[in-house]
Amino acid sequence: MFGYAGRILRVNLSTGKTAIEPLKEEMAKKYIGGIGLGIRLLIDNTKPGIDPLSPENPLILTTGPFSGTVAPTGGNGHAFVAKSPLTNGAAEAKSHGFFAAELKRAGYDAVIFEGKAEKPVYVWIDDDSVQLMDAKHLMGKSPQEVEDIIREELGDYYIRVASIGLAGEKLSRIACIINDKTRAAGRCGLGAVMGSKNLKAIAVRGTKNVDVAKPEEFLEFVRVLHERMKGPATVKYRTLGTPQNVLVHNSLGALPTRNFTNAVFEGAEKVSGEYLNERFVEKIVACSSCAMRCEHIAVVPEGPYKEVMARVEYEPLWALGPHCGVDRMDAIIKAIHLCNYYGIDAISAGNIVGFAMDCYEHGILTKDDTGGLDLKFGNADEMVKLIEMMGRREGLGDILAEGVKRAAEIIGKGAEKYANHIKGLEMTGYDIRGLKTAALGYAVSFRGADHNRHGAYALDISGKTNRFKFEKGRSKLVIDIEDLYTIIDSLIVCKFSRGVYYKGFDDLARYYTLVTGIDVTAEELRKAGERISNLARLYNIREGFTRKDDHLPIKVMTTPIPDETVAKGQYITQEELDFMLDDYYEHRGWTREGVPTLEKIKELGLEDLAYVVEGKI
Amino acid sequence: MSHIHARKFVSDDPDKCVGCGVCEYICSFEKEKAFNPLKSRIRVVRLGTTINMAVTCRLCEDAPCVAACPRDALRQSEETGVIIVDEDKCNGCGWCIEACDYGAIMLHPDKKVVFICDTCDGNPKCVEWCPEEALSFITKDVLAQKSRISAVKKLFYEALKT
Repeated sequence: MFGYAGRILRVNLSTGKTAIEPLKEEMAKKYIGGIGLGIRLLIDNTKPGIDPLSPENPLILTTGPFSGTVAPTGGNGHAFVAKSPLTNGAAEAKSHGFFAAELKRAGYDAVIFEGKAEKPVYVWIDDDSVQLMDAKHLMGKSPQEVEDIIREELGDYYIRVASIGLAGEKLSRIACIINDKTRAAGRCGLGAVMGSKNLKAIAVRGTKNVDVAKPEEFLEFVRVLHERMKGPATVKYRTLGTPQNVLVHNSLGALPTRNFTNAVFEGAEKVSGEYLNERFVEKIVACSSCAMRCEHIAVVPEGPYKEVMARVEYEPLWALGPHCGVDRMDAIIKAIHLCNYYGIDAISAGNIVGFAMDCYEHGILTKDDTGGLDLKFGNADEMVKLIEMMGRREGLGDILAEGVKRAAEIIGKGAEKYANHIKGLEMTGYDIRGLKTAALGYAVSFRGADHNRHGAYALDISGKTNRFKFEKGRSKLVIDIEDLYTIIDSLIVCKFSRGVYYKGFDDLARYYTLVTGIDVTAEELRKAGERISNLARLYNIREGFTRKDDHLPIKVMTTPIPDETVAKGQYITQEELDFMLDDYYEHRGWTREGVPTLEKIKELGLEDLAYVVEGKI
Repeated sequence: MSHIHARKFVSDDPDKCVGCGVCEYICSFEKEKAFNPLKSRIRVVRLGTTINMAVTCRLCEDAPCVAACPRDALRQSEETGVIIVDEDKCNGCGWCIEACDYGAIMLHPDKKVVFICDTCDGNPKCVEWCPEEALSFITKDVLAQKSRISAVKKLFYEALKT
């Protein structure tokens, strides 16, 4: 096989033993790589009903077929997959940078970390040599410090490292895994899974070639993509970056503000992409092999957080800014920096601070609970302090580190009304009360509240759909994007590049064939997307998920948008949600309870998983 | 062509470089038909995320690497300034690597002899492919000319506006 390394590495942390298994071509073609391959390995390597933080939950690391080639944005992505400690369902979190390319060069398509090390370790993958190294001296250190220390002690400055911070060590359910200092496999709490294994870091050095099947034609296609990446499809990412969304969402009444109390933020200008780029962005840098660099590195020029540096994207900026009513960019940058330092998902972290502020404003939390913090919406410095407490699991931060759903249960007193999550995963920066195509995508997303599993917001925001009213048949649009996004995350190309595949699946199928030499048609690739979407659904069903888990946050379903905006009065009723779900399940070929039928399972070549739906259809 | 215009080398502008490493992949493919940065004659350095710069042979005058080789395996082209490695003579001892202040000489991972940028015979592929146009194939004299012009431009910024 080309593109693929053809090998899966199994590391048993309990015994210290490692083993290599072949990646068979059929498996590669059916599940592609990235999240597809990861979820297949998850379902094959776990029993139902395991505790996500037990040694029985494997942490699966995958690359894609393009990793380690010059494929722009495709050469550099990796995914972590496991059972989520936040949702108890399938978890996937991807990250880009330089780590995946190195892992591919070391000769692996996937690594399965099993069991639990007796003492803290890091795994050192040096081509074919795999060793468990003592990590005692790394405990408590940030991922950024860990990277520097490991490079120094192993004596190679091009080693790539993925690491957890203190939060992962302390099993915070919002802990993430950071690579290349600023890049996070953020969502679903996979840093806690890594921490539960006493696995502090993964260090990789790979020296092998990554061969592609048709190198000359591949390079020609890469050249075409380079040209397209200079054009309109990527201009947003190349200029203002994703923070451009702030003013767009604000003007549409779709910028969740003060924990979904409002959908318009009066301080939006001061946290806009325009403001950020003019005053804070020092440099835009790239991941490995990328021709459309997007990573906006911001530095605080003055004030209490002077010289703090962080990479700023819309989602963390939204979560720690408008969502907390905070309009101070310096504090937002400081908070993002702390999230990276402690290794927590900045989206979930900001969401939870907003939740705590909402509870405080409603008297559910008082200064006795907050350790004296005055957690009114908009208190920027208090927001920063609370992030610190969450990162260290101190005081109230210890409870909040459990994720918004569990924190609300622990706090009680009706706090769950203010906990904006789906399936236990915290909400992201789209006010779906007035984005109804997106709302369906959020409700059915297998990993919980997420814009990145479907991208359906684009239909609403661009006006391609009536965002205030959902009509029969619209689910088809959501399904199409879901399956495309699933393939994007399985090939692992960057979603920011999605606009340059002008012919969608046709372009991606050609790309795949040029690299791997495996002939696939656009339809076969789309089918693989559908297969993987169904696979994730089957995993969740196996873990006990039902239609009830395809829900929306309570606030989205009870509190109409109050602001004087085009979206005023919008929210989503149970009746509307049921209408959407019925339509979606029907178009998916699932039962009214959201279970894939045997026909569908057979059609997708997932017969071996028929046992999952037994007694449920 | 005069000497100062002949000796062009690959120079990277760190203000433009984003550290993507496309140059490394293109170089290894052009020279070795492999996607592997370890086989690239140009290498990217990233410091603290914001500082990015690709480094390759600078065609030193009186190149110290040539002087350092005890086996006369390296010589410098008088015309282009490129360092030419005699792979039969090189035994991979690495004295030239130590002599190079820029880390522009590497030991080949398979062949175990040193390898150095040869400017693709005056048509460097890395420059052609650099997505940010951060790389240029240029002589030191022209680099100086450019710096001079931009310094004067800066000095007379206000005057130039009118």
